[in-house]
Amino acid sequence: MSDKKIPAKMAGPSRRAFMAGTAAMTASLFLPKGLRAADFPTAEVNTTGLAVTDDTVTIGILHSVTGTMAISETGSVQAEKLAIDQINAQGGILGRKIEYIQEDGASDWPTFAEKARKLLVNDKVASVMGCWTSASRKAVLPVFEQHNGFLYYPTFYEGLEQSPNVIYTGQEATQQIIAGLDWVSETKGAKTFYLLGSDYIWPRTSNKIARKHIENFLEGSKVVGEEYYPLGHTQFNSVINKIRLRKPDVIYAIVVGGSNVAFYKQLKAAGIDPTGESPLVLTISVTEDEIRGIGGENIEGTYACMKYFQSLQNDNNLEFVKAFKEMWGEDIVIGDVTQAAYLGPWLWKAAVEKAGSFDINKVREAQIGVELDSAPEGYVKVHENHHLWSKTRVGRAQADGQYEVVFETAELVEPDPFPEGYQ
Amino acid sequence: MFADYSMSELGAIFAMQGFAGLILFSVFVLMALGLAIIFGQMGVINMAHGEFMILGAYMTYLTSTLFEAYLPGLFSIYFFIAMIVAFFASGLLGLFVEWSMIRHLYKRPLDTLLATWGLSLILQQVYRSVFGAREVGVSIPDWMMGSLPLTDLVEIPINGIFVMVLAVAISLAVYYLMFRSSWGLQVRAISQNRVMADAVGINTAWTDRLTFGIGCGVAGVAGSAFTMIGSTGPTAGQLYIVDTFLVVVFGGAGSLLGTIASAFSISQAQSIMEFFLSGSMAKVLTLLVVVGILMIRPQGLFSLKLRK
Amino acid sequence: MSIASNRLFTRQDIIGFAVLAAVVFIVLPLTLDSFRLNLFGKYLTYAFVAVGLVLCWGAGGILSLGQGVFFGLGGYCMAMFLKLEASTPENTAIQSTPGIPDFMDWNQLTALPWWWEPFNTLTFALLAVVAVPVMFAFIIGVAMFRRRVGGVYFAIITQAFAAILTILIIGQQGFTGGVNGITDLRTLQGWDIRTDAAKETLYYVNGVLLFSCLLIAQFVRKSKLGRLLIAMRDQEDRVRFSGYDVASFKIFIFCLGAAFAGIGGAMFTLQVGFMSPTLVGIVPSIEMVIFCAVGGRLSIIGAVYGALLVNWAKTSLSESFPELWLFGLGGLFIAVVMLFPNGLAGLYADHVAPRIDRLLSRKSADVGPADDTARAAAE
Repeated sequence: MSDKKIPAKMAGPSRRAFMAGTAAMTASLFLPKGLRAADFPTAEVNTTGLAVTDDTVTIGILHSVTGTMAISETGSVQAEKLAIDQINAQGGILGRKIEYIQEDGASDWPTFAEKARKLLVNDKVASVMGCWTSASRKAVLPVFEQHNGFLYYPTFYEGLEQSPNVIYTGQEATQQIIAGLDWVSETKGAKTFYLLGSDYIWPRTSNKIARKHIENFLEGSKVVGEEYYPLGHTQFNSVINKIRLRKPDVIYAIVVGGSNVAFYKQLKAAGIDPTGESPLVLTISVTEDEIRGIGGENIEGTYACMKYFQSLQNDNNLEFVKAFKEMWGEDIVIGDVTQAAYLGPWLWKAAVEKAGSFDINKVREAQIGVELDSAPEGYVKVHENHHLWSKTRVGRAQADGQYEVVFETAELVEPDPFPEGYQ
Repeated sequence: MFADYSMSELGAIFAMQGFAGLILFSVFVLMALGLAIIFGQMGVINMAHGEFMILGAYMTYLTSTLFEAYLPGLFSIYFFIAMIVAFFASGLLGLFVEWSMIRHLYKRPLDTLLATWGLSLILQQVYRSVFGAREVGVSIPDWMMGSLPLTDLVEIPINGIFVMVLAVAISLAVYYLMFRSSWGLQVRAISQNRVMADAVGINTAWTDRLTFGIGCGVAGVAGSAFTMIGSTGPTAGQLYIVDTFLVVVFGGAGSLLGTIASAFSISQAQSIMEFFLSGSMAKVLTLLVVVGILMIRPQGLFSLKLRK
Repeated sequence: MSIASNRLFTRQDIIGFAVLAAVVFIVLPLTLDSFRLNLFGKYLTYAFVAVGLVLCWGAGGILSLGQGVFFGLGGYCMAMFLKLEASTPENTAIQSTPGIPDFMDWNQLTALPWWWEPFNTLTFALLAVVAVPVMFAFIIGVAMFRRRVGGVYFAIITQAFAAILTILIIGQQGFTGGVNGITDLRTLQGWDIRTDAAKETLYYVNGVLLFSCLLIAQFVRKSKLGRLLIAMRDQEDRVRFSGYDVASFKIFIFCLGAAFAGIGGAMFTLQVGFMSPTLVGIVPSIEMVIFCAVGGRLSIIGAVYGALLVNWAKTSLSESFPELWLFGLGGLFIAVVMLFPNGLAGLYADHVAPRIDRLLSRKSADVGPADDTARAAAE
């Protein structure tokens, strides 16, 4: 789209646009200077024909609301809508209210690509909040690069990617994994690890990094087993027996989806109660969202390593949790990815305001180095590799379905999507 | 692989692995029995079988929430009531589906496949609209979640025993119904020669409906039992469908004994291979072996000689 | 629905082909922007599968729930070639082993597996698009049909194949790209397939290929083979007793369906820009059957409309009412089976064709006697 001519009608304001502009100006008189739409004429802030008018800007939300992934992606949609509402309540971006077009990826990767193209080519959205699985991101990536769109991707993922058209608001694998392994090695004295995962790229890549770290960086530690099961597998008794045989100190589990529920229930039923910590169960794939399906009593005592837990005690988070529950109901839970999805619109707002423009090339440039003090997880900053600096935390699952935070890195962890020595 | 272990440890592991195989066997039997009744006796392919199972799981979830709220004292035994509720909920839905849909399609077995696939999509969306897209957590009474230490090393999961007992009970019940009750006699008569059965005064329409309903009801009970070991979500039924069909086809349609024999061989093969290989490869190998045998012996392990 | 005529094209057929050609080559390109046209191009790739299914299922009575396997194999063959072309050492310089596809590098492969090597040449890849699915279909067909397996068993076994292949592709991600599939395909012999102009060209190529397949299908249906297929569907044993080798005919038609599906898969890869295991599995395979059923399982032209209509409905419904979409699709399955077993083509033949016919014959009555063939075809 970058090579397209600017539509002529954008150049000079028509009478109607002028009237609308005046109306918007009256409404925004109470805003501090610099946030009024009138200070940012559309012709200046939007030189590439995006869906920006004098008082609105349109963005896309692209998640699965049907199909198997709807379970996971619902939280992200809710978080993004909350962020958009809050931004609008504060007067929007450059004086323009955010409107969104929501598309359903239907848990189907070609559909994701199709809808992404629709959002970029037909709707000309200024940015897209979306995708969840790596496969859906891989499917839309060429579309975003070809049409120069801008995607905020919320999920923790395997790394090995750095697109100029994506901001990764979740953690990449090394950020999430290494701190947790160091912690379990130092404080729990763990020496032997059993790696287990669902059979696809994220668990495999993550376990690869974990294995390298255990073998090369943790003195005297070793991996005693590594195993993968098909997505949707529901029978884990055999692997549980194998785990008994190998007697590892730590079960490092990256099981996802429906398999998660089966795994933890069967683990507990087989007499390996995570609260006993022998072996200790450490996971990077179970957020508060997943615990709802597993049942708190079945997973109590498991440790999870990620950047955000709903139980974090800081003012930003308390406020965020309160607002989230007001909007989506009292009994809702918030997981790591939901929080990361919430950051998307805010990071974009900060970048647009820093650039003083909606143009994607300018926003991309401005996005690097953007800091966010108000993030529920605490302070975050955008690295020049398009990932976020963030703290990594370890939480212990409670029977009520929440995590108790037992460890947090002292410093922000630098994102490193192409880690040396882990390939 | 085993050099570092003592004999007693190895013995314990093999005992538990054998038990794991038996649990898998019971799971397969529970999954497949309902389908075997419907498919074997009526020749109808019910692609919505998984969704009937999940209906049972959701009924268990509802019952558990009701008991938690109103009868907390009886919570430890709610599961038995939940299974009965599940049987009737799935069974009644089955009766309705047979009446509204299946009975018009008896002459077109391949079309029942498409229609029931459509039904499964609709049911999934109904579950999603009613219970939400997320999985629900079914709380299981504590006594069912622990394990039973037989020796120092051998521990047997109680829910595994529960599933096994249930599988045996339901198999016996189905056997009794099929071969000792007048309904069973009628069902078998119809599956052998519908016209003749009609002629001797069997109410074939009602027998068909009841057969379908009972098959769906058994699926509901299976789904209810699976809340102990698996997940309960709108699309969870899809996880079971391929395994279920393979078990039934491998066993040979029309033969309940065949279904049980095939559940046994597939589960043992899978469980043994899982122990020595990686989980994904074990699954693929099991499927390949099953399909390979089906290529050589397409009618399945056991088959009834039928007059077409 | 009639096979009364021996001629390759009855007047009805000619009208059908002409109208479809007009829709595909004139109406759609003129009314749609390039984004929507690309979408319809994608739908048309499913039409290849649906046409194959009409031959196997509608005419031959063989219901395969594993057409996604062949669609996927064709698509993967194409994707392998395109991926190799996209993975030049310059493009993949940041990898530890430049020059191999990115997903191999992530999985610590340091050299291209031997069976990827031939896919460096376009000719081999194009041959493989047809040959690999046909080979698979042949093996399955020989094993099944020689032993007289058919009907429901066959359906379920093909379904198992779809499941196995999906698990294999996902499990062997170092060689296949795993659950992500083979993504980020860029050029075909240096020609950028991502531009709007390229997509438009591909749309027409797709259309021409589709019509070639339709012509082959029409020829098969009108040949002796087509009549035998229908005879086999209705009374298999009688055909066998008449001395025909039933299995060979079935194997042939099943392989032909697989070849069509393979071509469709390859065109999908070219137009969408990637291939993934989600197109191989059980769900897409069954959806492909519904395209065929909606269009009319006996009509090859209907199958194309079925694929277009269902997918178009899916896209537009899921844009406006994502929650309702599954109800719609599920209801469609049931409605087609219960109320319109012959799909759109059946509706056309029952309600529209007779009127057109009457109209035409009234006109031609002035000139000469009514055309018997047309009337027969409408019955």
